[in-house]
Amino acid sequence: MANPPSLLIGCAAGFSGDRTDAAAPVVDALIASGQPSVLIFETLAERTLALAQLARRTQPEAGYEPLLDDLLRPVLAQCLRHGVRIVSNFGAANPWGAARRIAALAQDLGARPPRIAVVRGDDLSGPEHRALLQSALGAALPAEPIVSANAYIGAEPIAQALRGGADVVVCGRVADPSLVLGPALAHFGWAPDDWDRLARATMAGHLLECGSQVTGGYFADPGYKDVPGLARLGYPIARIDVDGNCTITKPAGTGGRVDERTVKEQLLYELHDPAAYLTPDVVADITQARVTQDGPDRVRLEGVLGHAQPATLKVNVCFESGWFAEGEISYAGPRAGARARLAGEVLHERLAGVAPLRIDLIGVTSVFAGDDSGWRLDAGMAGQGDEAQDVRLRVAWQHRDHATAQRLVREVTALYCCGPAGGGGVRTAMRPRLGTVSCLVPREAVATGFDWLN
Amino acid sequence: MPETVPPVSTPQSPLPSHHAVPLYRLAHSRTGDKGNRSNISVIAWHPDLWQVLVGEVTEAAVARHFAARRPKQVTRYLLPQLQAMNFVIDDVLDGGVNDALNLDSHGKALSFLLLGMAVQVPAALMNRLAGPAGE
Repeated sequence: MANPPSLLIGCAAGFSGDRTDAAAPVVDALIASGQPSVLIFETLAERTLALAQLARRTQPEAGYEPLLDDLLRPVLAQCLRHGVRIVSNFGAANPWGAARRIAALAQDLGARPPRIAVVRGDDLSGPEHRALLQSALGAALPAEPIVSANAYIGAEPIAQALRGGADVVVCGRVADPSLVLGPALAHFGWAPDDWDRLARATMAGHLLECGSQVTGGYFADPGYKDVPGLARLGYPIARIDVDGNCTITKPAGTGGRVDERTVKEQLLYELHDPAAYLTPDVVADITQARVTQDGPDRVRLEGVLGHAQPATLKVNVCFESGWFAEGEISYAGPRAGARARLAGEVLHERLAGVAPLRIDLIGVTSVFAGDDSGWRLDAGMAGQGDEAQDVRLRVAWQHRDHATAQRLVREVTALYCCGPAGGGGVRTAMRPRLGTVSCLVPREAVATGFDWLN
Repeated sequence: MPETVPPVSTPQSPLPSHHAVPLYRLAHSRTGDKGNRSNISVIAWHPDLWQVLVGEVTEAAVARHFAARRPKQVTRYLLPQLQAMNFVIDDVLDGGVNDALNLDSHGKALSFLLLGMAVQVPAALMNRLAGPAGE
């Protein structure tokens, strides 16, 4: 039997909040190829699900990717017409809500009704899962109310849905690379323990899962790493062959670049031990991997090895954790640094003894300092940055109690009249704080699968 | 006593026939985060610079360079096929994205903290460095 043709997978979003005009050039390129094609959107980060659960509390039909319409409207009808299948975790905390919205959107667009599959099993926030979390977390189980608890589930339900004829597969928390492995499993029919091939397609997924981060996004450093057309980046397309190896490209005529450097940076992104990249589907090993330029904006990844999938799944649990308060004020001109520091000293004195107070002098020292190691009023650093000409004081803390956390906001605002001379541009924010704990649960304890919307 | 990290640290004892240059002339880098753990890739600009990176950008050197962030542990993984190394730095993110008070709660900027580290480069390899000479 002849080998199946290569599978093309394009990625049009790398996080919730990514550009929404990325999909059209990717879909055009997929269709022009004439090959079996899938479009993915990766829109979930570690805390996105908790935020989605909070959104759903106030609006029951919400809780899926807020930009769903903007992401899909430009390409949905075309994908349905040309058989480009769509796989995404944009279901977030409400995959059924997302599926219903997609069906309605297709109708609005006059497209044929899509077959929509909804993947289940990741959401462990319900009371029936409490005992599982309790046994996995033990004493680490938060006493505070749980906002979200999700297992990172794998590619199999996605593959099943695609084999069953899904046009659109809506997921919640699946592991990011599983969005690519699922379609590859369905397309190539690999054995479930063909670990090398699974690992190769998984690393193709890893390269795609952050969208433009492999095509020149998050890469540019003028004079060192220049990227043409950063304002109109093309998003990536992986051509996956029957052995799972892949070639990364981007749509013709778009900005950005695909070269060995962009691919290596993304290959190692959020990776720990390169011999054991853990996913629900397989343990990938890139210690023998090779990255080679295969033409302009074409890079090939080969040599990835695979080992048997872990016996456990990772679960992230987010819980309510009080309030985060933040305030800023600017000082500019002569002795701006000294005035900003004095303002910091005033806040330090007035807010003493309540909670650890983070103080930044933006323009002198800020993000490189740790919360407990930065610019400190009591650490003999007086005078540092006093001559800086344009400094923004920024303070932050957190507290369980809303009114207590808000004291910081009020004290920063009061600097308008009571603080050093010439302070301006106060901005303040109060946000609910989320805590996170992670644990591992036995794979068998998480029942996954999919259902048809209609 | 807490200390701030200067953008480019000064080498202790320069070797003859070597030059101290910032790491960004030998390598490029990207930071990722999971929870309270940061990973920072260091990728050679040129294959000839790989052995210099292995010798200079050690776990101990990186731990020193990040001392102000008080990392619990620094682990280095080598990928000679890619002329790249991956640093995993534990407990360097002030609790991680949900707990940190730092503006950059993901530690996204930490790759550029590392790229400011000074390394000793043999004179014979100076023409392999990236960026404008003399910088």
